[in-house]
Amino acid sequence: MSLWSRLSNAVFAERLNREIDEELQSHIEEAIASGRDPQEARRAFGCALHTREASHSIRVVGWLESLLSDISFGWRQLCRNKVTSAAAVLSLALGIGSCVAAFRLIDALLWRPLPISGSSRLYFLSRKLTGLEGKPIEDGYWATPDFNLMRDAAKDQADLIAISDADRTDITWSTDDDMEKAHVVYASGNMFPLFGLGPALGRLLAPADDRAPYAVLSWDYWNHRFGRDPHVLGRSVHIGDQTFEIVGIGPRDFIGTEKGTVTDIFLPLSVNRLATRENVQWHRSFLILKPGVSPATALEPLRQHLSAVSRAFELECSTCLRGMTPATIERYLNKTLVFHPAGAGISDLQKDYRRSLAILGLLAALVLLIACVNVSNMMTAQAAARAQEMALRISIGAGRRRLVQLILCQSALLAFFASVLGAFFAAWSAPFVLSLINPPDNPARLVLSADWRVLLFAFGLILLVVLLLGLLPALRASAVRPVAALKGGEDPHSPRRLMRGAIAVQVAFCCLVLFLSSLFVASFQRLQNRPLGFSTDRLLLLETVAGKGQLPVVWNQTAEALRALPGIDSVAIASWPLLGRIRINSEISINGAPPSPTPAWFLPVSPGCLSTMKISLVSGRDFRPDDTSPGAAIVNETFVNTYFPGQDPIGHTFKRGANEPINTIVAVTPDVPYSDLREPSRPVFYLPLAQIDDKSAPSVVDFATFIIHTDAQNPLAMSDSLRLLIAQRHNGLRVSNITTQLDLVRNQTIRERLIAMLAAFFAAVALLLAGIGLYAVLNYSVLQRRREIGIRMAIGSTRAGIVRIVTLDVFLMIALGGCAGVALGFGAARYVESLFYQVKATDADMIASPTCAILLTALVATLPAVLRALRTDPTEILRAQ
Amino acid sequence: MPKTDSLQGSLDLLVLKILSRRRRLHGYAIMAAIASTSGEVLRAEEGSLYPALYRMEEAGWIRAEWIKKDSGRRARIYELTAAGKKQLGAEESRWQSVSLAINRVLREA
Repeated sequence: MSLWSRLSNAVFAERLNREIDEELQSHIEEAIASGRDPQEARRAFGCALHTREASHSIRVVGWLESLLSDISFGWRQLCRNKVTSAAAVLSLALGIGSCVAAFRLIDALLWRPLPISGSSRLYFLSRKLTGLEGKPIEDGYWATPDFNLMRDAAKDQADLIAISDADRTDITWSTDDDMEKAHVVYASGNMFPLFGLGPALGRLLAPADDRAPYAVLSWDYWNHRFGRDPHVLGRSVHIGDQTFEIVGIGPRDFIGTEKGTVTDIFLPLSVNRLATRENVQWHRSFLILKPGVSPATALEPLRQHLSAVSRAFELECSTCLRGMTPATIERYLNKTLVFHPAGAGISDLQKDYRRSLAILGLLAALVLLIACVNVSNMMTAQAAARAQEMALRISIGAGRRRLVQLILCQSALLAFFASVLGAFFAAWSAPFVLSLINPPDNPARLVLSADWRVLLFAFGLILLVVLLLGLLPALRASAVRPVAALKGGEDPHSPRRLMRGAIAVQVAFCCLVLFLSSLFVASFQRLQNRPLGFSTDRLLLLETVAGKGQLPVVWNQTAEALRALPGIDSVAIASWPLLGRIRINSEISINGAPPSPTPAWFLPVSPGCLSTMKISLVSGRDFRPDDTSPGAAIVNETFVNTYFPGQDPIGHTFKRGANEPINTIVAVTPDVPYSDLREPSRPVFYLPLAQIDDKSAPSVVDFATFIIHTDAQNPLAMSDSLRLLIAQRHNGLRVSNITTQLDLVRNQTIRERLIAMLAAFFAAVALLLAGIGLYAVLNYSVLQRRREIGIRMAIGSTRAGIVRIVTLDVFLMIALGGCAGVALGFGAARYVESLFYQVKATDADMIASPTCAILLTALVATLPAVLRALRTDPTEILRAQ
Repeated sequence: MPKTDSLQGSLDLLVLKILSRRRRLHGYAIMAAIASTSGEVLRAEEGSLYPALYRMEEAGWIRAEWIKKDSGRRARIYELTAAGKKQLGAEESRWQSVSLAINRVLREA
């Protein structure tokens, strides 16, 4: 009975009233039946309505009943203005949906702890040092021997775990021809036990397996590649010339520590040949404190201890410092070890997108705020129109609390419908944005589950929206003074003052959104239209590997065979493509002097490579087939300006380090971007692909890229036939990846394109909403003031005068809001400066374009209201009043 | 309209006591029982009887059900619950101590 019945009675209040009436009626009938006079019995019963009211209130949950009636009243209010309500719901839904989607992405990438035990005790080790260009950089990669020393040194208080980044690797399951890609991670054997993970099948890697040829598949890979076939245990996978046996499947939700990438295969750390190299830093190092060790007291001594151990290692390491100048050694050794919390994993994606996502979240929040201001304005106007109703309610005894509840119910209804729509929008948009983050052939993957974290955030957001929407109108409405309102003479200016303030806020937010998005769009356009210095037109890139390496002559024969195919214009070979993932630098020593502090980047190419890529020569000649490395070199203009300022470099020589052989410069090329579109030109030199060793014997080439200029517009159309042709030659060469130079250039601008696209979208929505808001406020104000306008016209005010009084204060607010918005924009722009390319917040055109957009929108939005004001017929108005 | 406040605070006790003696009574019967057993001295007002019945029902001391009367109309009848029995005991002892105290005051004064 009790609570449940009272709840259901509140919902079915009418039924309860009928029951009470029936019982009271039967009471009177009993009285009459027992012989009392009907008149007397009814009189003795007293006021039936009073008894019913008293009984009713005992048998229901009072607040629920009033809430329900307020909700149904609010619903009727919304239905009365269908178009406005629908617009309000849509704009709020867009705002809420965008905010929740932004939160889902940010949470999944940056905040959500890894599904492991002890994620709060997990840290990763990195070093702060001064980079090549004198800027502070952070280096998070470690050499395995160094790691081993640190692991032993820390073993009393913490365990160290080595985990490499997930590398997209060529793997083979059956024959050599069926190469496929998988994300392979090398991890020390203590990773699974320390993370408290158990196998879904078979067993996981253990510390004893550190050198064993065993592999563990992630559950995700096992699911989509093998359809959860249990017979995969015991099968072999070939990676390079190594073979690994599958011993187990990882737990279902663990996809590695690198957020944004799903690991497919885990291998023991020491099977990687890099694990024995002292001077190759290739994996990350994690530290997990033993249970019971306090981070506050243990971390700092541990950091100092490990720092000393690592420094001692680098000083002793015979190969680490070889060939470095004292200045470089000084810079290299002068570094600080730091621990960063790594409970949420660690990845480059986090570093690249932290600020971008924060800005997108800010833009989404601003759009939501603008929508809220709009709807709040709408409700203020409605509340003003209902001032008489409110006054009546107060006069007949409604409490102020009840009036606040009445209006909050209406805003809660709006927020409820908006959040349902917004949930659909968020469910669609978060994966959509995620799919745009990385190149299409290697998309970023995150676990975007809608769990309690997301629900909690959404709930808090909705609560905030309800308060933002309703509180101000509610308080205003409840502050109605019945006498004044019922007389029809309450100060007519007060709601407009409130709405004008809202306009200023709205314009400020809108201006901020426009300002930021114009910066991002301009950045993207400048980056995309940056002169490259080479042509990307119809260039197909075949990234090719040769297991144990092949002599340059084999590579040249293959290139010759490709060249003979119809539809192919020219074929060249480079060790790796420009603007790809690979960048290697080298020291430069001029005339036997010690190496200069600035290194140069290099790229081995075949003869004809520069002309295939349409890189012109400023002077000199291209490589000839008999040129070898060391021997000849082609350098770019920055190289000349750095090492041979003011000289003709042709015929000059340089060495790649103090005791290396001599290279003679045979040509100079213009600067082209080497590995990153954003960075300034670097000194670059090209070497002949044909390398000779100390004894003048040719050395083998393990991997290189065929650069193919096709006749067809779409170079990828030929990719399958070319892959087949190379496989059929059976000379050890295999195509690992096929792409186009255009895609490599496009991949450089993915982040900028994404931010520019989303920022432009938010800017358009913000502008539209601000326009609607402006229109509504002005229209309302003209309606309110039509008496005043009529009188002014009647006593001879000019049309210009009418326009002035109608628009002056609004434009004042716009100016005020615009200034505030730009000021906020400067602050925000400073935070994201690193995301801009050749764009400054203080550029005149960056401020001009949002200002013009706002002014134009304001003009369009005020026009209808101004026309309405001018059409006012004074006689009609004065007669009606 | 002046109200007979003679039952102030003791209506619950009377209703519980009546229901403990005779089960399944409707509102009028309860009222009639109070009147007859008190020798027509005590009279429960309808205006306070029904709210009191509903209050005790919400408190779980009595439970109600609809039955069909011979006349074809429905009537709502009440009976005591286990919690009601306990409450009756408490109310009775409270009443005893209060009336004892009042009597003592009357004697002393």
